[in-house]
Amino acid sequence: MEVPTKKELLVSKIKNGTVIDHIPAGRALAVLKVLKITGSEGLRVAVVLNVESKRIGKKDIVKIEDKEVSENEANLITLIAPTATINIIRDYEVVEKKQLKVPEVVKGILRCPNPHCITNNDVEATSVFKTVKVKPLKMRCEYCETEIDENDVIRQILGNPQTKPV
Amino acid sequence: MKSIISSYDLTREEVEEIFQLASKFMKEQKGDSLKGKTVALAFFEPSTRTYLSFNKAVINLGGNVIGFSGAEGTSVAKGENLADTIRMLDNYSDAIIIRHKFDGAAKFASEVTNKPVINAGDGKHEHPTQTLIDLFTVFKHFDKIDGLTYGLLGDLKYARTVNSFLRMLTRFNPKSVYLISPPQLRPRNEFLEELNYPYKIASNVNDVIEDIDVLYVTRIQKERFLDELEYERIKESYVIDLNLVSKMKKDSIILHPLPRVNEIDRRVDKTPHAKYFEQASYGVPVRMALLTKILGE
Repeated sequence: MEVPTKKELLVSKIKNGTVIDHIPAGRALAVLKVLKITGSEGLRVAVVLNVESKRIGKKDIVKIEDKEVSENEANLITLIAPTATINIIRDYEVVEKKQLKVPEVVKGILRCPNPHCITNNDVEATSVFKTVKVKPLKMRCEYCETEIDENDVIRQILGNPQTKPV
Repeated sequence: MKSIISSYDLTREEVEEIFQLASKFMKEQKGDSLKGKTVALAFFEPSTRTYLSFNKAVINLGGNVIGFSGAEGTSVAKGENLADTIRMLDNYSDAIIIRHKFDGAAKFASEVTNKPVINAGDGKHEHPTQTLIDLFTVFKHFDKIDGLTYGLLGDLKYARTVNSFLRMLTRFNPKSVYLISPPQLRPRNEFLEELNYPYKIASNVNDVIEDIDVLYVTRIQKERFLDELEYERIKESYVIDLNLVSKMKKDSIILHPLPRVNEIDRRVDKTPHAKYFEQASYGVPVRMALLTKILGE
């Protein structure tokens, strides 16, 4: 039996789906979190962590079979992985490269830090943040108008208070 | 028909129309613009002036009132969430006036129902109808809003009346606004960044009192503090007394959204500057005017 090379194991092609490349090292799991992929969906997902990258030094890669990431989902990824490239694959070929831009609205992913915000106090109230400024990132809660910055966004999604923005 | 969640939901023209109508209702005190209409008062938080003045305004306009003041005795006490309570009121009413302790509750309510929602105070966020009353008092006294120097004093961080006041002034051309507070209670940047008129941060009211035409005093509110010790340290940072009032311009006025605790010495009540009880008396005609604009046309 032919033993696959290390390279083949890491970057083997998928037939249909999405390849998210150039994710800052250590953030692939957060990308899955943003895409709300937990594993229970039954999707085949490959996660590659901390591999060499000419462009960004070290990077993560996520490959998802049989799921094409939407425009909205792609934009959400910019919140934690602004260097990421997203390729849509059909029949082993790249058919689309998603253009990423910071989303105007982020619904249900970020938590308002204000404990008295209605979104933290009603089972039906979903958090909605609107982008006020892209660089440096500033987002505002649609309900109580509390603002959060890039550090807050990354800290929330990664769940790691030590993490610095890219 | 539209909801009024923030001061930004009203244009200058709409505010001026409300003032004209309110002046008319001060004389007539009656109308029929809400005949056949039912207004729900959903006051999840205690309130005296706002609740009673909205109630009276609806009745004066020939409408019916349903609702509650305080969540006790309602299904909220059994754990019903805000959305379900609003859906229930949606079935019974033509408009919903909401007071709630959580920031953003009024906006959330307006998304649950197609009926107009009026924010009668949501946490420490906004209270736009109080601002209409505040500025109507200014208008009655000076016959204008523009060109005056305003001083906002006290809790400028947690007071929803201040947020709405600052925002509604963007519809006008104030000469200047002094924001006088302890450093811990300065207005939130989110609100300051939007202001389109000159303002100055101050901490000593004595330094600026001679400049001010309208001194808007707010209570430092215990219920808005997460840290009780912090509240105890600064609760009586400012007291408007006769000595301070003696330095005011002859024609200047003192406003307060009430309730007042110790921040204004009761001896000040008898001076011609004290307009806070007159201000409270405008609650009914101003709210009649607003309801007529929203539901009666």
